[in-house]
Parts: sequence; structure tokens; C-alpha cells
Amino acid sequence: MEILMAFVIGILFSTATYLMLSKSLLRIIVGTGLLSHGAHLLILTMGGLKRGSAPILGGNAESYTDPLPQALILTAIVISFGVTAFFLVLAYRAYQELGTDNVEEMRGTEKDD
Amino acid sequence: MSAPHLAIVAPLVLSVFIPVFYRIFRHIHTGWFVLPLPILLFVYFLTFLPETMRGESFIESMNWIPSLGINFTAKVDGLGLLFALLITGIGALVVLYSIYYLAKTKEKLNNFYVYLLLFMSAMLGVVLSDNLIVMYAFWELTSFSSFLLIGYWYERDKSRYGAQKSMLITVFGGLAMLGGIILLYIMTGTFSVTKLISQANTIFNHALFVPALLCILLGAFTKSAQFPFYIWLPDAMEAPTPVSAYLHSATMVKAGIYLVARFTPVFGDHFLWFWLVTSIGILTLIWGSIFAVKQTDLKAILAFSTVSQLGLIMSLLGAGAAALHYEFLDENIYTVAVTAAIFHLINHATFKGSLFMAAGIIDHETGTRDIRKLGGLMHYMPITFTISIIGAFSMAGLPPFNGFLSKEMFFTAMVHVTEMDLFNLETWGFVFPVLAWIASVFTFVYSMILVFKTFTGKYQPEKLDKKPHEAPMGLLISPVILVSLVIIFGFFPNLLSDILISPAMASILPSLLGAGDEFMVHISFWHGLNIELFMTLGVVCLGIILYMTHSKWKKIYKAIPEKLSLNQFYDFLIEGLESVSSKVTKTYMNGSIRSYLVYIFAFFIVILVTTLIGKNAFMFDTNNVSTIGIYEVVLAILVVLGSICILFAKSRMTSIILLGAVGYTVSLFYILFRAPDLALTQLVIETISVALFLVCFYHLPKLRKFETRMRFRLTNALISVGVGTLVTLIALSAHSSKLFESISKYYVENTYTEAAGKNMVNVILVDFRGFDTLFEITVLAIASLGIFGMIKLRLNGRKEG
Repeated sequence: MEILMAFVIGILFSTATYLMLSKSLLRIIVGTGLLSHGAHLLILTMGGLKRGSAPILGGNAESYTDPLPQALILTAIVISFGVTAFFLVLAYRAYQELGTDNVEEMRGTEKDD
Repeated sequence: MSAPHLAIVAPLVLSVFIPVFYRIFRHIHTGWFVLPLPILLFVYFLTFLPETMRGESFIESMNWIPSLGINFTAKVDGLGLLFALLITGIGALVVLYSIYYLAKTKEKLNNFYVYLLLFMSAMLGVVLSDNLIVMYAFWELTSFSSFLLIGYWYERDKSRYGAQKSMLITVFGGLAMLGGIILLYIMTGTFSVTKLISQANTIFNHALFVPALLCILLGAFTKSAQFPFYIWLPDAMEAPTPVSAYLHSATMVKAGIYLVARFTPVFGDHFLWFWLVTSIGILTLIWGSIFAVKQTDLKAILAFSTVSQLGLIMSLLGAGAAALHYEFLDENIYTVAVTAAIFHLINHATFKGSLFMAAGIIDHETGTRDIRKLGGLMHYMPITFTISIIGAFSMAGLPPFNGFLSKEMFFTAMVHVTEMDLFNLETWGFVFPVLAWIASVFTFVYSMILVFKTFTGKYQPEKLDKKPHEAPMGLLISPVILVSLVIIFGFFPNLLSDILISPAMASILPSLLGAGDEFMVHISFWHGLNIELFMTLGVVCLGIILYMTHSKWKKIYKAIPEKLSLNQFYDFLIEGLESVSSKVTKTYMNGSIRSYLVYIFAFFIVILVTTLIGKNAFMFDTNNVSTIGIYEVVLAILVVLGSICILFAKSRMTSIILLGAVGYTVSLFYILFRAPDLALTQLVIETISVALFLVCFYHLPKLRKFETRMRFRLTNALISVGVGTLVTLIALSAHSSKLFESISKYYVENTYTEAAGKNMVNVILVDFRGFDTLFEITVLAIASLGIFGMIKLRLNGRKEG
């Protein structure tokens, strides 16, 4: 399973990178979203998959899956939501103010100041 | 922390309070608050005299970074004390002078005195530190404070140019010196000068000896404005005159001299040391004196004259190092060079300081320093005239002033060079006295120009901005004190010989002294009819002739093409550096976010691939894998399909829905991977995200495809495939190699006992790692503030513009 996941994660990273390198703001934001999914799955896979029951005590389980990556990912999910929200509003405002969503046209130079 | 440590940092401490004094006591000139300190320090350093006269030195160490051998060690020996007295003594006079020179209503006095005190501290640190790293730090601080002082009138172009030039050249030399210090450390394992000197014999044959010697000399030559690095000094004259008098004639430029003197016991035995120091010194001496004659600005004449005099002292130190080859102190005639060097060092500080102050007075009272506009001021400014004539005659080497004595000794030392049977001097030694003599003739000429073009000749009131009159008493006190010293040292040179010169020599040539020995220094006027006397007579005769005919032969200078000068070369170098570095920077910092992302990803790939290969980190182990179920395969296919489809999505709607689909699939993954909390969170967050996307959807632009060019897409594809492959490889290796036990066991065991919770993930988040969660919430708060700010932000100004 871990091997399969490694390839899934690789594909997620590839598509995310491709999207982030494009010129359209929206595609860049979608790219970051994919990238965080990939990263979360990567952390989870590194810890080992399906090594026991869910990390909740009281179920008389013999072993539990690793709780630590899950705690990390939980934090990461929330943070990535914050970043996505920030990006979205930034894109929206930038489009309103500058009239473009092409990042190549958004270059500022020192002379603009 | 001992008293000398305190003395070193005292100016630094006072400088903190200067802005306060400046604010509170607006009606009192800030200089009055500064003045007591150098006087106090001068008196304090005088108390060390009995100790150094006995040949002892005060040494006290304060731990700073002992593990690296870096300690703040204050050492007061003959040489250091001589410099400390110069720094504080001349410092006091300069502060006094500046009180009358800089008007309290017009100038930014707080800045000025802060910089000046900064410099004083730095200079004391240089000459009193035994640890080379600490000395280096102070050394660079002198460069910085000099930069600030030269650029004091920063609204002037020339000030900024001069400040930058001096900074670049001296800091370059300083860095070279740091290299030399590190080389010395590699050879000996110590940063202490005292210990270095005791190991001088062992490092002499080390392979790094010559590189270290060259690096140290580079530092000394740039600081002391030796050829070809002298070009910063004339431009440094843009500083206010008190600064020029202090830094650029009496103290900072002598830091290089100090360095050479200090390192003579370490390097002095080597022939390179002798040849480099002596010949660069002589070359600088003659170069500076020839170009001083050409100048028309009083301060420019003095600047070139300083360059030339520094060369003189430098060459004397070089020649003095040869004395180390003669074991016996008795009849060791070469030590006279070192005596002359120290004596001239003191003399130069006195006569050049007074001349700079006189030049400042003339500038202050007439509004110009151009000798073509000046003339006939003798009757208007009799006291300034007296000061100038004494200073200039001393500089020219005329009796009965102190300059005459040291000039005679200089000739003696140079004549002795021809008698040495070392380093091929039998054949080439004669060059030194000849060059020395020629340089002295030019020195005589510019000294005369300095005085007589200003004070005699035709009075031209129409060319002056102000009506000239004698300076106020306050301005005159300091130069008068200095010229009195010129006369006193001229008549009673042996006042200095026991208390200052002999102890300083003991520091420069320690190996020549046995236990309890000291250098017997006796300076006298009359040596009989010897070659030095005839040389002086020749200088005077030829000098007078050249001065008289000056207007006829000065046209020769025009024959030297401007284009070939060192200054042109420097400007060319700086401009070239600026334009090339700007071009290079612009090629990769092009303002496009995409390029930066490409750099980041490319760097990511390169660095990780090299690590994977270099550390042989890639591993593939299928032993410990979990089973694959049919649900997981379906989910995996969904994620892959969803993410690939986004790439080809034509509309905004499709891409947002696909992103949502991928997100929901990932949360299903979490369920299968026994992570119920994650699944819940992911579901909630994904729902909110999609909602947010759809809210913004209305406003977002149409999804256009900008990237149509094949090459553009190919680069992107290449980099993204690279990143993906690399991440897969890392994921595989991470799974296959278990280097140590996971720390998770702790949480599994302690969740209930320590935190009384049953959900481990929740307990980790709110209890074990509670602060992390707190900061996570802070991040969200900041993000929401940012969002709020952006929504409210209206760039009205830009729209109107």
C-alpha cells in the first residue's frame, strides 16, 4: 500500500507543481491546494499505514496506528486552509485592482513607487 | 574588566549620551561635554609611563569566546601607550578646536560627536588589544567611523564619493588582514600577539608564512594610504577639518604604521618584509611629495603631504627591521631607523595637526582654501601665519624644529641601508638615500608653497568670500599648543627619548634586548660635518631654487595624462562592478514569480538528488508493507484522475469541482488509514474551501490559458515531473529505512495516564503540543486579519494618479 501511495503522492506533487508554474492566479491557487494534499498524504505514509486501529483508547485494541503524523496533519490542514483563503482573497483583490490575473503582468518595478 | 578595558570603551559609552545632551542643552555646544573625556583618558594613560619605562607591560584579559581563543585582552606596552597618548592627546585638542570650528546652530553636532567618540574608542581598541580578532573588530570600526565622518556633510556629492572610496579601500585591506590573522592562527593556534611573537622562530619556515605576511601588509598599506592605495586619502579631505586633522593625519592613517610596527617581531626577519615595507614606503614618500606640489587646495597639499610622510615612516620601519639581523645591541647602527620612525611619528602628529588646523582657520575666516585666491594674509592673520610657518618649516626639515631632527635621522637610516650586507643591498641599496633626498626636496617645495603662497604675495580681497581677520582665541588654542610642542621637541628631543621612544622600540625590536636592557636613545642637533648635514643643505638650496622657479616648471604635471591616473582606474573599476553586478542580478531577479518558483523547485531537485545519491540514501524495501485493498485502489485512481484532469480543465468551475473531488477523496483515504479526526477535519475544511472558492468565483477572472508556447510548457512539465519523481523516491526511501524507533510510543502510553484523554490525536494537539496549536490559531488569526485588511484596502491614490 505504501508503494502505491508513494506513486499517488508523486503524481499529486507533479500536477501541483505544474499548476503553480502557470501564469494564471487561479491555477496557482488550485496548485497549492493539491500540493498540501500531497504533503499530508506523504506525512501519513511515512509513518506507516494501517498498523492497528484508530488511535483512540478504550476499544481494547492490541495496537494503534501512529498518532503523531495525524496530529501534524491536522494542524497542517487548518493552516493550509488559512493560506488558501488568504490566496483567494489576494487573487480577487489583485484582479480587482490591477485588472489582470496573469502574474507575468503583475511584475512591479522600482520605478512604480 | 580592568581599568584599560574601561578606558577603551569609555568613549563608546559616552557616545550613547551625546544625543541626550544635544537635545537637553541646546544652548551649550555639545563639544564641551565631550572634551573632558579625552583629557581624562590622556592623564590616565600617562600613569602607565613608569611601568613601560621599566620595560614592563600591563596585560589583563577578559573572557569573551574562550572556546575560539577570542578574548578581550587589553595590553598596554610601550608602543600601545605611545599611540594611546597620541589618540587621546590629539583627540582632546581636536575636540577643543571643533567646538569653535563647527557652529552649534548650523551643524548636526550630535552626529558629529557620536562618530568622533566611536572612532576614538575604535582606535584605542586597535592599539591596546592583544587579541588579533578583537583588534580586527576595532580596526573595521575605525573604517566605519571614518566613513561616517568623511560623509558628515552627506548632502555633498564629493563627501559621499570620498566616504565610499575610503570605506571600500580600507575595508578591503581589513579583510585581507583578517585573512592574514587566520593564517597566523592556523600556523600557531593563537590569536594573541604576545604569544605569536614568542613563536616567531617556529613559523618562519612555515609554508603559510609569506601569504600571511602579504595579507597583513595589505591591511597596513591600505589603512596607511601607501602607494597605490593612497587615493582614498585626498578624497577623504571632504570631511570637516577637525576630522582631517585627527583621523587623516594623526591617528587613523597611523593604524597601518602601528600594525607594521607591531608585527615587526613576527615577520621582520624575512627579506620580503624589508623590501616591501621599505620600498613601498619610499615610493609613497616620493610619489606623495611630487603630487603635493601640484595641488592648489591647502587641504589637498596637506593630504598628499600626509601620504608622503606616512611613506617616510613606513620606509623607516622597514629599514629598522633589518636591525633584527644583527644580534648585538652595541653599535647596532640600524636601530636608528626605528628610533627615527617613532620620533617622526610623534613629530608628524604635532606639525601636521597644527597645519591642518591652520588650514581650517584660513578656510573658516576667508571662505576658501585655494592658494590661487589666497595671498598676503600675513598682516591679517599674524598668529595663524606663525603657526603655519613653524609647522611648515618643521615639515620641510629645517632647524631648530623637531622635523629637522627626525629628517636628519631619516637620512642617517637611509644612508645606513647602503652599508647593509643583506638582501642584495650592496648593489641596490644606493637607491634608497637618493630617492629619500629627492622626496625631501619636493617636501621642502610644497612646505614653502603652503606658507608663502597663502601668507605672502599679493593680497586679493576681491576673490575672497569674507573679509579675512584673525581667528578667535578658541580656534587658536589647539594649534598653538601643537606648535609649542614642535618647538619644545625641537630643542629638547631627549624629553621623549626615555619616556616614549625607548619603550616603544622595546616593543618593536624585543629580540634585541636582553633581560633588563633598554634602548639608549639620544637625539642631538649637531653630529659634525657628516653626509646627512650636506644632504639637508642640498635639500634647502635646491628646494629654494625650485620654489622660486615653481611657476615655470609646474607645467610638466600637465604632461601626465589624466586617463592613466589611479583615480581613473578606481572609478572605472567601481562603475564596471556596479553595472556588471546590476546586469547579473537583473538576469535572474526578473520580477516574475514563476521564475522564482522555478529556481526554488530546481534547487529543491538538485539538492535532494545530490543528497540521495551522495549519501546513498535511496532504499527500496517491500518487506514491511501493508496490504492493498480494493477501496484504496479505487480511491488512488480517483485522486490521480482528478488531479490530472485539473491540468486540462478548460473552465474555472471544472477545476474547482475537481479540486474539491480530490479533497473529498483524500478524506476518504484518511478513513481507510484509521484517522477519523483527519477525515472529519478534512471534510469540514474541504466543504468550506469549496464554498469559499464559489463565493470568490463570481469575481474571479475567466480561466484563460496564457501558456501557449511549447517551450514554456515543456519546462514546466519537466520540472513538475522531476519534483514528483523525487517525492516518490523520498517517500519510498522513508518507508524503507527505519533508522530509529518512533517517538510515538510515548504518546500511546501516556495519553491516558498523563492527560486523561482517550483520543491520542486530540490529546497531542491540546495538551502535549498545546503551544503549537496556540500558534496555529495565531496564524489563522493573522491570515484573517490580512484578508480583512485586503478587502477593506482601496488603492485610491493610485487610481487617481
